[in-house]
Amino acid sequence: MEVPILKQQHYLIATIQAALTDADLLHLRDALVQKVGKFRSRGVIVDVTALDVLDSFASRTLQELAHMIRLRGADTVIVGIQPEVAFSMIQLGLNLEGVATALDLEEGLSFLDKQRKIENTRGLRN
Amino acid sequence: MKAAIREGPAPFVKPLQPRESTDALLRELVAHLRQNRTQLRGEWARRIRDAQLLTAMTEDEVFAEVTSVYDNYVEALETGTFEALQAYARNLSERIIPRGVETREVVGIVLLLRDLLARSLFAKYQDDFDKLNQILDAYEPAANRIANTVAVGFVQERERIIREQQEAIRELSTPVLQVRERLLILPIIGAIDPQRARQLTEQLLRGIRTNRARVVVIDITGVAALDSSVANHLVQTVEASRLLGATVIVTGLSPEIAQTLVTIGVDLGKMNTVGDLQGGIEEAERLLGYTVAPARDSQGSP
Repeated sequence: MEVPILKQQHYLIATIQAALTDADLLHLRDALVQKVGKFRSRGVIVDVTALDVLDSFASRTLQELAHMIRLRGADTVIVGIQPEVAFSMIQLGLNLEGVATALDLEEGLSFLDKQRKIENTRGLRN
Repeated sequence: MKAAIREGPAPFVKPLQPRESTDALLRELVAHLRQNRTQLRGEWARRIRDAQLLTAMTEDEVFAEVTSVYDNYVEALETGTFEALQAYARNLSERIIPRGVETREVVGIVLLLRDLLARSLFAKYQDDFDKLNQILDAYEPAANRIANTVAVGFVQERERIIREQQEAIRELSTPVLQVRERLLILPIIGAIDPQRARQLTEQLLRGIRTNRARVVVIDITGVAALDSSVANHLVQTVEASRLLGATVIVTGLSPEIAQTLVTIGVDLGKMNTVGDLQGGIEEAERLLGYTVAPARDSQGSP
């Protein structure tokens, strides 16, 4: 199932709406990494609210995605991990290390705004 | 199982066909015990002391209890009904359990009394072996039943207290409190076992979701000790909260706990720790962008 990727000003938003196969996940990762360059986006939000399970492949792919997008010059934030999902991920030792997370889409957007502000002030100071 | 022990007739001894009726024998027995009440009671108290039982109680208290247990015991032998003794055992248990009296002590004192009384019967009827046999046939089942009644009463009372306390702890154990918009505190008090750690984590995660919390302060001032498994649970809680987008600040690690954690090598590097709850809340406010100032600056002097 294709995941729609929406462009919202400087950000890309990908909302996963149903369980994905491994191939779908890889496809999403590649599409996002490619579109970040195409739209000159500053941030990416991956919304996983609809997922009731996040296995090791999915969390590794999300981690890779975040790192790849970092290398492309943008920030990634994963939003909407459900409490039960978070709990079972931690039990399995999947902690999405180095990846920013936020409660929901709104929080994710405000996180990215803050990141941008920090970068902008840094830019001014230099 | 418990009920079976308490309610059933003593299964141990099948009495020989008594030549005198059991009732008459018990009456004789009771008369003997009444007659020698003071001496036997004193002897019993002395043996309880010698055996180092009921050390949590003073000598006077032990003596007072000994007196009423003895009288109840004799009465149960006399009437063959155990309700009064059962009620007394429950009442006694209720009083002594908070003092830290152990099951083995209660069983110990009842068995001591049983032994003591049997010895006194031996002494009394040593010349008449036949009579001794009959008396013991009457005495032993009743004594066994009494011992069972008291011990089971004690254990049941203890279990009831434990159940009640567990429930109370479960209800009290995990308050997730919102102190400001987006800021939760989770004070943890008492020992943490894996089950409770799991419950804590689940409740915290739910709290983060419903309160849309961005920062959580976990205060463990009330936790007396941490071992590696509990520390790992704590790390897991922190990581799970992060997956929901909340930052966790842990406060109130006592010097002992800090030392334990360093000694057992738990990696708390990922954890944001602040000395006390006040500091934790201040740090959280800073993260959330709150500034707290005294009121008089804005409102004038009172």
